[in-house]
Amino acid sequence: MAKVKTLDDLRKMKDELKSRISLRENSDNPESLVQVKVSMATCGIASGAKEIMNYFIEEFDSQNIDAVVTQTGCMGYCYAEPTIEVTLPGEKPLVFGNVTFSKASEIIEKYIKEGELVDGIIPDNYETIE
Amino acid sequence: MKDLAMHIIDITRNSVRAGASLIGIRLDVYKTEKLLKMTIKDNGCGMDSEMILRVTDPFVTSRTTRKVGLGLPFLKMNAEQTGGALSIQSQPGEGTVVTATFDYSHIDCVPLGDIQGTVALIMSGNPNQDFEFEICKDESVFALKSTEIKDALDGISIANPSVAKMIAEMVDTNLLSDLQ
Ligand SMILES: Nc1ncnc2c1ncn2[C@@H]1O[C@H](COP(=O)(O)OP(=O)(O)O)[C@@H](O)[C@H]1O
Ligand SMILES: [Mg+2]
Repeated sequence: MAKVKTLDDLRKMKDELKSRISLRENSDNPESLVQVKVSMATCGIASGAKEIMNYFIEEFDSQNIDAVVTQTGCMGYCYAEPTIEVTLPGEKPLVFGNVTFSKASEIIEKYIKEGELVDGIIPDNYETIE
Repeated sequence: MKDLAMHIIDITRNSVRAGASLIGIRLDVYKTEKLLKMTIKDNGCGMDSEMILRVTDPFVTSRTTRKVGLGLPFLKMNAEQTGGALSIQSQPGEGTVVTATFDYSHIDCVPLGDIQGTVALIMSGNPNQDFEFEICKDESVFALKSTEIKDALDGISIANPSVAKMIAEMVDTNLLSDLQ
């Protein structure tokens, strides 16, 4: 894609984007998308949460995976930062701790694309925040 | 925190948690004074004056009703070690303005970091809040509002990963370079 410079460019890109976002699902309905929430409290940021969030954005963009990537607050696992919560359509949210780039890649290739469980899940009956 | 961009993510998270719906992020660069001013403004729940004292200096209080965080003290430390300062203006129910100044010619000044990526992650990563980003250097101003982006997107979620990349490109192309 060409570089976006202005809001006008963005408007033009929107149509291209719309055709790329698969039409089978209603993308306004987050339940139909993969949702990744990255914990971005002070400890998360300090341990590289921003780079991990960027990694998911890059991969989802280049692999055309229907997903939303958002930030969330402290999930209470400071010892396991960066921490992310992944929700597949129709599934319960799972929390992964100590997410490195290679772990992030494994989560995308195995869990998100194939539905296979991978190591690093923080088992808990915690409540998602925000 | 390694750079200013990380502080921006951290301080805007405070605003989101304070229930803000609109958050302003502004960077002012004063070239002659070699001064960099970062201002984060929100319309969240605000703080009373006792709380402001407590959050900027965690050791001042005798009360331990809540755990004191590290985000604002880190920012204060990074500003002060360049000869700059941190100030917080806030009223309960009104909102909060956090301002940090840095002498960017100082050897201990943290780098700016990835401002464009950070603005993108903040706007895209908090689809329920609105953000106004401004960077002002001498006479030039670059401003980007998430409401304008949402309008232009016409139904596509701002949290879509491709949109995050586009926002970073928009800021990158327009970001005023040669700050240091
Ligand atoms: N923008 C804000 N609006 C309201 N309260 C705030 C704001 N920023 C900070 N605070 C209060 O100050 C506290 C300390 O903030 P901080 O130093 O960032 O640590 P933490 O976010 O980990 O608690 C917060 O927990 C919150 O109670
Ligand atoms: Mg904080």
